[in-house]
Parts: sequence; structure tokens; C-alpha cells
Amino acid sequence: MTDANKKFLVGVYDDDDVALAAVNKIKSAGVKIYEVYSPFAIHGMDIAIGHPRTRIGIAAFCFGLTGFLCAITLTTWTMGIDWPMVIGGKDPLSFPNFVPVMFELTVLFTAFGMTITFFLSNGLGPTVKPLLFDPRCTDNKFVMAIDLSKNKMSEAEIANLVKASGAEEVSVKQV
Amino acid sequence: MHVTSPVRTPLVTGGKTYADVTEDICKQVEGKPTKEWKIAFAISVVVLLYGTCCLFWTWWEGLGVWGLNKTVGWAWDITNFVWWVGIGHAGTLISAILLLFRQKWRTSINRAAEAMTIFAVICAASFILMHMGRPWMAHWALPLPNTFGSLWVNFNSPLVWDVFAISTYFSVSCLFWYVGLVPDLATIRDRAQNKVSKFIYGTLAMGWNGSAKTWARYEYISLILAGLSTPLVLSVHTIVSMDFATSVIPGWHTTIFPPYFVAGAIFSGFAMVQNLMLIARVVYKLEDYITFEHIEMMNKIITLTGSIVGVAYLTEFFIAWYSGVEYESYAFINRATGPYWWAYWAMMTCNVISPQLFWSRSLRRSVKWTFFISVVVNIGMWFERFVIIVTSLHRDYIPSSWAMFSPTMFDIGDYIFSFGLFGTLFLLFSKYLPVINMAEVKGVIRTTSEKLPAKISGVSKADRLASPAYKKDAE
Repeated sequence: MTDANKKFLVGVYDDDDVALAAVNKIKSAGVKIYEVYSPFAIHGMDIAIGHPRTRIGIAAFCFGLTGFLCAITLTTWTMGIDWPMVIGGKDPLSFPNFVPVMFELTVLFTAFGMTITFFLSNGLGPTVKPLLFDPRCTDNKFVMAIDLSKNKMSEAEIANLVKASGAEEVSVKQV
Repeated sequence: MHVTSPVRTPLVTGGKTYADVTEDICKQVEGKPTKEWKIAFAISVVVLLYGTCCLFWTWWEGLGVWGLNKTVGWAWDITNFVWWVGIGHAGTLISAILLLFRQKWRTSINRAAEAMTIFAVICAASFILMHMGRPWMAHWALPLPNTFGSLWVNFNSPLVWDVFAISTYFSVSCLFWYVGLVPDLATIRDRAQNKVSKFIYGTLAMGWNGSAKTWARYEYISLILAGLSTPLVLSVHTIVSMDFATSVIPGWHTTIFPPYFVAGAIFSGFAMVQNLMLIARVVYKLEDYITFEHIEMMNKIITLTGSIVGVAYLTEFFIAWYSGVEYESYAFINRATGPYWWAYWAMMTCNVISPQLFWSRSLRRSVKWTFFISVVVNIGMWFERFVIIVTSLHRDYIPSSWAMFSPTMFDIGDYIFSFGLFGTLFLLFSKYLPVINMAEVKGVIRTTSEKLPAKISGVSKADRLASPAYKKDAE
């Protein structure tokens, strides 16, 4: 959240299917939804809200490639260039023997790189204060937040729409 | 939205709502430690302290305190190492491979199984450090520049591959486990009553708020981590088996080792998960989450992998004869009929025969039998490693150097150390962190309980009619 003091309309739902249906209903009425918070992953929710598809997979590939190249460099340089050694009568650059290390480093780099990317791209960190419109969204409620400044409709109109879509509670919060 | 066949039995029984799941799982994290927990923890710590003394003496005096001799130069230390690494395979198998296969029953057990994996790998690593004899030189196993020693590490050696495999496996398992914990830590944070726990769980939860964007990314990285961990799990025990398979010792020099070790690892890992979960389910009253269905599924995997292991034992024996190498044949004849026949037949009985009992439905759905056979399986798997290692070494090419191995109190004490360590870590985990992945269980209960008839789901018709889900269906 960059600019403070934004007004949000917050709708609390009791059921994940109702919340997903509500998102579709409200969006088709022309209201932009800021975000929906839920205690577990609801498949298709991000697409329904209109979030762009996550590109974290591309990051994963780049990290994996980095790990793979690092492993090739490490093994071939140490074994073949810096201090070549004949072991078991084999060529110092016995490539198949380096495959396990290449595989492991590829996995290691991908896993760490991707997890760090995951935390950074979501703005998560040990000192981050969570933006919670309703703390029950990590327990059993599904919370929809609509940024009122981003929508042309009036507050009352949107509130009616949210209520009609099955929300249990509707309130306005300043963040 | 999910479509689940109505004939499927529910994964979570008792008609739990989302709030019930939170309540049931958080209860043990938020409450004061129970008397049983304190007693179990005290025992673990005492065992750990005894083991630590033995370990201290092993390092202080040197490896001469073990029962090793000139012929059998590798025995309990490596047996225990392979045993623990094997046990450490189930967790990531459950969370990674079963995720890729969309086995939703994994959600109730993956958290505890992953924790078990991490602790088992820590125990395994402690044996590597132990049998280095000089653990302060442990960094020599890393690819560090020449100034630390005389040469680089040898990347042709399976022992170096092992360093990479196990450290990667350990750290990736920790990551996988932690990423899965974050949503649940946020749940605990938002329920915390006092400042200290709010701060600790809040810090660990990293400011998680469950937004749809975060969840979408979470699902995506879970999938990629699972995709990475799947070959990783298989690679770890493959490489452990290569410690033996790439040598020229008859009995070790076997190309079947990688798949056979992997199957054995999954076999013993699931047995250990069964033992831990059967206790946890009673102690923490999780009968609705870890149902007979879960127990049965795991028993099926135990039977499958146990059978693979059995086939591997027989294949190994056949190939030893078929190879026409007399040393190879002798190594196997000696295993089954030599002075260590009892170890061999203990392994055969525990690993090949006992899991076949699970072909009976009533046995594989019985808590007592499951617990008993799981213990038997783990004893058998320990003997498997002992048989492979000690019986292959104790009668070498020169009959005058033939010897037997007898463990000293330090062999035994160092093994006991690992039990103390494992018990202590697991008890700390089960008290201070949620033993069941709440977020994932909440994701599967709807599809499997509320929409089912009352006699299966445990939800009465009136409750179902009152639920908003029913109203939506009616529309």
C-alpha cells in the first residue's frame, strides 16, 4: 500500500464458492475489485478478479539455468583446468560424473531463487505488518476489498451490489 | 470449482467447518503443554543427554571406541546414516509426488511428514559428522579453494555427490516446509492473545494476508517446488546407494541399488510416518483429520514399496548367481547362510513378509496392526542396511582376515543419540507449530464432506440445508 488514507468497501463472505460467484457478479456490474483475502487458495480467484497471470515460472527457469551454469563452471574448472587429475584412469573432464552435482545445484538455485522471489514479489518479510481488512480472513471468512477511489459508482451503490452478492457484512474502512 | 465423485469417502470426517479446522489444530499450539507432552519431552531430553555424552566421548577419544576392526571398517555409523536418510524420504514424497499426482489425502499428513523428514535428515547428517571423527574438519567436504587443503574435492566421488545431494535435499525440504507453514502461522498470529506469541508468529508469518494474488503465486511455486523435489527425492537415495554401488566390493557392486534403495527409503519413511501419525492422532484428537482412509492409503504404499524391495532382494540373489562371479555368489550365499544368517532372515521377514499382511483390508485399517507392522518394517529396514554393509565386508578375499562385528556401548550410544535428537525436535515441533496444514485441509473439506449424505459426511440434513453452500446449489 503506497498512498495512505484510501477508502475501501469491505465485504465479508462465509463461503468460498459464494465469494467466487460474487466476484464475477460484481465485476460484470462494472466495479473494479481491489483484492479478495481468503484462508486458503481458491482456484480461479485471481483470474476472476482480473490479476495478470503470475510470471514466477520464468524466474524459476532463470534461477535454474544460473545454477546449472554455475555447476558446470565449478566442476569443469576445478577438475579439468585448475588442478587436472586422472582418477580411475579416466579423463580429468569426465563429464558424466559431474551430472549429479549439476542436477543438485540446478534444483538448489531454483528452489532458493524462487522462494526469495515469491516473498519479495508479494512484499512479504519478517518485519512486514500485514494489511488485514478483517483478521478473520486467515480463519474462516472470505474478505473482498473494493477501492472506492478507483470506482465511479457511489459507495451506496457498490455496498448494495456487494450485499446482494451474498456478503454477510459490509463496511467501509480507511487504510 | 471441484467436482468430486459422491462415492468417494470424505477426507475429513465429522462435518468440520473452516472455523472448526482452525480451532482443532490451533488448540494444541495455543494451550499449555499437557502432562503427557512434558513426560515425553523429559524422556527425549534425557535420552538426548545420554547420547550426547556418548557422542562427546566418541569425538574425544576417537573412532576407536566403536567396535570396528580391520575387516569391518564401516558398520553401525553408515547403517544408521542410511536408515535415517531413508526415513527422511517420506515427507517430501508425500508433499511433492502426491501433489503432482493430485492425491488430496496428503493434506492431512504432509506437515508432520515434512517435519519428520527434516529431523530425520538432521539425524542422518549427525552420523556423517560422527564418522568423520574430526567434525571440525567438516568443511573439507565442501568445494573450497586449495588454501584450505591441498586439492579441490573430487567431483568424481559419490561421497561428494552425497554432500551436494543431502545438503540440497535438506535445504529444499526446509524451504518447502516453511512456505507451506506461512499461511498457518498467519492464522495463529491473528488468533494470538499475548504479545510475545503475536510477535513470534507474526515475524514468522512474514505479513501474510491471504490475498488472491499471493495465493495464486503460492500455488504456482508449490507446484514448481513439487516438480523439483520429485526428482530430488529420487536423486538423494540414488546417490546414497552409489556410495556402495560404485565400489568394487562384492555385495555392493550392484546396478540395481538406486531403484532398490529408493523403494526401501519410501517404505521405511512411510512406516515412520505411520508411527508418528498414529500417536499424534490420539494425543491431539485428530481422528477426524487422519482417518482410516489415510492410514489405509499409506499402508497400500507400504505394501507396494515393500514388494518392490522384496523383488529387489530376489533379483540381487539371482544376478549374483547368474553373473558367474564366484566372489559375488559367495557374498550372497554367505549373507543368507553364513554367521550373519539371522540378520538376513530378520530383514527378509520384516521387509518382505510382514507388509504382505496388508493385503487384508481389516488389517490395513487396524490401528494396532498398522502401528505394529510399521515398527517391524523399520527394524527390518535397519537390518537391510546392516546386512548390506557388514555381511559384504566381514568375509573378504583372505580367509585369515575374516572377522565379526560386535558393537560397543558407543556404537549403541551414538545410535541412541539420534533417537533423543529426533524425539526432542519432533515434540518441539508438535507443540509449537500446527501439526496439520490448516490451509490445505480447508481447501479439501468442502469437496468431500458438506455435499455428501449425512451417513457418510457426518453432517445432518438440517445443517446442510442451513449452509450457504446448499442454498447456492439449490439456485
